[in-house]
Amino acid sequence: MLRQLRSSVVAVIVLSVLLGLAYPLAMTGLAQVLWPHQANGSRVEADGRLVGSTLIGQDFRGMTRYFQSRPSASADDPAATQASNLGPNSAALARQLHARLAAFLRRERPYDPDLTAAAVPADAVTASGSGVDPDISMADAAIQAHRVAAVRALPLATVMHLIAEHTDGLSGGLFGPVSVNVLALNLALDAVRSR
Amino acid sequence: MTASGWLQIALLLVVLTGITPLLGGYIHRVFAGERVLLARVLGPVERRSSALLAGSEPAGQDWRGYAGSVLMFSAVSWLALYLVLRTQSIQPLNPQGFGSAPWDLSFNAASSFVSNTGWQFFGGERTLSNFSQMTGIAVQGFLSGAVGIAAGIAIARGFANRTSKELGNFWVDLIRALLYVLLPLSIVGSAFLVSQGAIQTLASDVHLSTLAGGTQTLALGPAASQKAVMLLGSDGGGFYAVNSAMPFEDPTGLANFVEMVMMLAIPAALTATYGRIVGSRRQGWVLYAVMVVMFLGGAAVAYPAESRPSPAMRAAGVHGLNMEGKDQRLQVSDSVLEAVAGTTTGNGSTNAALDSFTGLGGSIPMADIMTGEVIFGAVGSGLYGMLLMVLLAVFVAGLMVGRTPEYLGKRVEAREIKLVTIGAIAVPLIVLFMTAWAISARYGLRSIFNAGPQGFSETLYAYTSQANNNGSAFAGYVGFLQPHAPGNAGASGVPFADLAGGVAILVGRFLPMLAALAVAGSLSGKRTIAAGAGTMRTDTVVFAVLLLATITIVALLTFVPSLMLGPLVQALTPRLF
Repeated sequence: MLRQLRSSVVAVIVLSVLLGLAYPLAMTGLAQVLWPHQANGSRVEADGRLVGSTLIGQDFRGMTRYFQSRPSASADDPAATQASNLGPNSAALARQLHARLAAFLRRERPYDPDLTAAAVPADAVTASGSGVDPDISMADAAIQAHRVAAVRALPLATVMHLIAEHTDGLSGGLFGPVSVNVLALNLALDAVRSR
Repeated sequence: MTASGWLQIALLLVVLTGITPLLGGYIHRVFAGERVLLARVLGPVERRSSALLAGSEPAGQDWRGYAGSVLMFSAVSWLALYLVLRTQSIQPLNPQGFGSAPWDLSFNAASSFVSNTGWQFFGGERTLSNFSQMTGIAVQGFLSGAVGIAAGIAIARGFANRTSKELGNFWVDLIRALLYVLLPLSIVGSAFLVSQGAIQTLASDVHLSTLAGGTQTLALGPAASQKAVMLLGSDGGGFYAVNSAMPFEDPTGLANFVEMVMMLAIPAALTATYGRIVGSRRQGWVLYAVMVVMFLGGAAVAYPAESRPSPAMRAAGVHGLNMEGKDQRLQVSDSVLEAVAGTTTGNGSTNAALDSFTGLGGSIPMADIMTGEVIFGAVGSGLYGMLLMVLLAVFVAGLMVGRTPEYLGKRVEAREIKLVTIGAIAVPLIVLFMTAWAISARYGLRSIFNAGPQGFSETLYAYTSQANNNGSAFAGYVGFLQPHAPGNAGASGVPFADLAGGVAILVGRFLPMLAALAVAGSLSGKRTIAAGAGTMRTDTVVFAVLLLATITIVALLTFVPSLMLGPLVQALTPRLF
């Protein structure tokens, strides 16, 4: 009994130092040397200023010249990640979705008169799992392209081309569907303007 | 539903089936004390550690001795984690100035991580310093996983032993599980995750102003090193509140695929290890086949269910997939597959909000856990949980033909069956008891977030997940109140949810483990009898079907009434609540 207790205490202390300090510190060192960009949060800069992480969605609401991120239950706060957790038969969720769908149509229809509610993809009006979803679907991006092109006075083809450039097509859809990175796309749009 | 979604499910099983005999054979060599490649580097460390803990000539332990070591080690681990959580405010590496966790929350969290559960009533990025994450939470990812593996191996030895009563030495097994299995795989796994975009830094908060002119705080930390062991060792907790939905933990579709492989690899491989320990690889493959069939069954129901709009979406006129609570890079296919992988294994790591799954889609993760975490299950405990079900199946078959049941040439007698029954019904009993208590008491209802049947589902899921040591959640269910305040000032626990959950976790971990160790002790050294014409073989398809039926029927009889009250009623009605 006492012997087991002694072994347990020794084991917990020694293993905490090895696995709780040496291992994560060694991995941090390795990661910082081999993949510093990823290890520090895939940060992006614009005009020499840190503007975010390509893995973390941002709130562009009210700015018609930018592509809009998916709705978020956490106000796009990566320091307090949260999903809505509203159930499938939730009346509150139905009200939220109804309002978001109406808002989406109000925002996009002036630039895309043929847009119907049935054409709005679900990801454009549902809140993400992380609360900081950095991506939107191709379908959502294609709808928003009309607005962005009009507001920026760019040819639609130019905007569609930028969308294609910022689409994750690496795995051809096998390891997850094709999606468009909103922050990277918006940064690319700003670069076009200043060109 | 897409072809690539189904293709990915198929690819996952192909990869897993390839890994199982390789990793399983390796783990067998490690625990048989054979020299593996890594022993050239780690051999001296292993010998010195074993000598330190078990003496220079580690003696074999019988089941009582082994169980005693497991319990003592887990108790000390529990105390260590509890102290880390309670003294956070005076620890280093805490630039955000997070306070210490409340006592009831600490009880729940310590029980959860020491028991290989990973249930979290807290969101790590808002409440835990990097120091607590590394030396508290992540350490238990290793230790609880290693305890599970050691116990699983010891129990398998007991089933195989012809003459000896010794199941091995816990300290030797613990060190081997850590040094040769969990640590090297975690190093490789976390390096891969970082290369995909998972973060690994000692920095904490980075404040920035966004492109649109707002402010944002990137909460950083050593997430990848922790994530890797949480996946491999079945603990499954997340560095962030939303676990794998957070892109810093699960950045790409490829990373997500590898994370699922990491979750499934060791629990699957242990079936092959088991086959080798008992000297018949087919015995291992039978267990593996049953697990795969049940895994596929869950995925085949949940994937189509989530590919349709939920009743709330229909009511709002929204078309398409049920994307509420799912991230775009993962979408429905990866979200559902991870939910099935995370709940069939005792891992509990998920990348989507299960609370927002459709009624039918959400019933699958719950049902996966309700099988008692034997479809792969957690590392080690999945194996011994399955072995208890095997003995039950053998017993049922014996009753049908009126013969004394045998398994591996050993008679399964009254003592073993009594222990199996204790191991098999203890967990369902505590699930149903705690759920009933929680929904019939005012202080239990406090934790519920959603109205209507979903509120019941949240409660049922909470105690199912905790008692079965899974850790996934219908996360609307709260046990911790976090006001908007600097650090976690003013935060408080919900004592009933924290304590009831913590008790369910501890009973659910240690009671079945003790029962399985006792069964192994009872079978160990039992005289074997030669197989005759009337012996039922346990390495055939017929037996696999019988085993599958036994697991399903036991789970159905226990849980269908409560499933009907929650998720299934929502699957049957378009009504909103």
